[in-house]
Amino acid sequence: MKKFLAAALAGAMCLSLMAGCSNSSAPSNPSNPSNSSTPAASNPSAPAASAPSASGAAFKLGGIGPLTGGNAIYGNAVMNGAKIAVDEINALGGIQLEFNPQDDVSDAETSVNAYNNLKDWGMQALVGTVTTGPCIAVSAEVFNDRIFALTPSASSTDVISGKDNMFQVCFTDPNQGVGAADYISQNMAGSKVAIIYQNDSAYSQGIRDTFVAEAAAKGLEVVSETTFTEDTQTDFSVQVAAAQAAGADVIFLPIYYTPASVILTQAKAAGYEPTFFGVDGMDGILTVEGFDISLAEGVMLLTPFSADADDARTKNFVDTYAKLYNGETPNQFAADGYDAVYIIYEALQAANCTPDMSAQDICEALVAVMPTITVDGLTGAGMTWAATGEVSKAPMAVVIKDGVYVTP
Amino acid sequence: MEFLNYLISGISLGSIYAIIALGYTMVYGIAKMLNFAHGDVIMVGSYVAFCAISYLHLPALVAIVLAMAVCTALGVIIEGLAYRPLRQAGSLAVLITAIGVSYFLQNAAQLIWGATPKNFTSVVGFKVPPLFGGALTVSGEAVVTIAACIVIMAVLTWFTGSTKMGKAMRACSEDKSAAQLMGINVNSTISMTFAIGSALAAVAGVLLCSFSPVLMPTTGSMPGIKAFTAAVFGGIGSIPGAFLGGILLGVIEALAKAYISTNLANSIVFAVLIVVLLVRPAGLMGKYVPEKV
Repeated sequence: MKKFLAAALAGAMCLSLMAGCSNSSAPSNPSNPSNSSTPAASNPSAPAASAPSASGAAFKLGGIGPLTGGNAIYGNAVMNGAKIAVDEINALGGIQLEFNPQDDVSDAETSVNAYNNLKDWGMQALVGTVTTGPCIAVSAEVFNDRIFALTPSASSTDVISGKDNMFQVCFTDPNQGVGAADYISQNMAGSKVAIIYQNDSAYSQGIRDTFVAEAAAKGLEVVSETTFTEDTQTDFSVQVAAAQAAGADVIFLPIYYTPASVILTQAKAAGYEPTFFGVDGMDGILTVEGFDISLAEGVMLLTPFSADADDARTKNFVDTYAKLYNGETPNQFAADGYDAVYIIYEALQAANCTPDMSAQDICEALVAVMPTITVDGLTGAGMTWAATGEVSKAPMAVVIKDGVYVTP
Repeated sequence: MEFLNYLISGISLGSIYAIIALGYTMVYGIAKMLNFAHGDVIMVGSYVAFCAISYLHLPALVAIVLAMAVCTALGVIIEGLAYRPLRQAGSLAVLITAIGVSYFLQNAAQLIWGATPKNFTSVVGFKVPPLFGGALTVSGEAVVTIAACIVIMAVLTWFTGSTKMGKAMRACSEDKSAAQLMGINVNSTISMTFAIGSALAAVAGVLLCSFSPVLMPTTGSMPGIKAFTAAVFGGIGSIPGAFLGGILLGVIEALAKAYISTNLANSIVFAVLIVVLLVRPAGLMGKYVPEKV
């Protein structure tokens, strides 16, 4: 019996060793070179990002987002974009930045832990967090600790409400809900709309609420409204059948791309071909491994960034991104991350901050200048901020054609 | 016609639950243990099929056979390494071990395949032409799933009823020590049960992911729990019970979503389970055996 147990344990050990090996050589995760907390180790192609020449002369910038798990595409895109911006800024030779991205698996508790780690590291400003739920939790902490935070992509108003030192790069959920309803009523007049949303997610519920209110105001007909939760996001056949039975020709999906990909597949299996209209959470659907991009043909979504734009800055960003990250095309989240770093950079300059200031002093200085600065970013020209933390820029609708975003 | 649509999607979902529930119920019937790692064997099966199709470009049928082979081996190894040494231990120890194995499989899958979800391409290549002038659309996946479930059910009933191994299984299920005295190798019978259950899990995994394409390390856990409920619902230990329980669970879930509320669907499913267990504590088709004190 003992021998058997020993053999079993040895077997288990071998197995875990093998698992470890295959992880490092796995072809399945090319988009994720940034799991480790030290950017120097994780991103050998960008040494300048993390090793500023004179130590102590750099601002310590923390980053929090899901680098693994179901929402990893968002977190990795943001951090990859941010690293490019940090490199560019450091190469300019003025203000130097040190960037430290942390993983929160899109979980509130993990996110607060990651935040505490960054605080111990001596973070002076935070780029984060990437997803809404964790951001609500972390924003309460940054407010108490008086650390300046700028979220690239958490779009709920709960993230910023009542917290003067919390700012957003992306447009808010009400903005998205209203934008989507306006777009549909203007460009697809007379269409019947079905909504499928996740009612245990603050993000999805928030957009749905403002969409429904705006749709009612614009006389847009909502014929079917069905929900799902975190636990039931694998089967949508009933929701899709209900929308089909109600005769909907537009399905509004204020949800993340993972459940959205299931909905697209199951609608196709049911022979139902409405126009799918997503919001920024739909961004990333084209990069899921194994996803049949023909399913997304004609899907519309709201996004502030389109990689096929022809201005020099976008082109440069897209090229650099592709070069550093296995030829991938950056999505909106990568652009948000890139912009977030530049916004902090502009604000630090405007407030004349120096790296030897405490995080609290920097926070007060940045809070004062944020409503006064104007930043031209990849995700919008002339972005300005209200003192509440909300950004002013317009959502833009794009349609997916042959696997790329095109302006309709 | 809408009703038929909902009913068919309920039956096809229920068929997947039923195939998974068969694995739970066979293992429980024979080894008297709840194999909570069963849901994760499904996930492993799906990943194997995904790799075979996407990386090795094997045809779907070969991929399914490969997934079944890997899962069968995995099931036998799990039983041999984790459960067999605990054959004489209390049922709680085995239960905790099963939960441990479940976490081990999930984390191993995360290490091997990464945490980012993968999109599983359906293995079903054909389409069913719309019926009743387009009012009723049945997906190819639904047809294959329901057919697979019926075939598996029929083969298992024949197997346990008429073959020597099947009889040995039933004997072990009734009384392990008496079966041993009659010359039945209890250990290999139990291994065989795990092998069959895990092969079924691989089939269920491929069908599940053809139907709902998102594949990640936790893909198997929720369907696993639902199928366990189905097994209890039908009477755990009973093969026709698992079939009936699975189909009923799927249909109740689909109809509750369609006609009552998408919010309450899960609550309704479990409320029905509670009512059934109050009226028939051993489940719909389970035999109530009073415990001798």
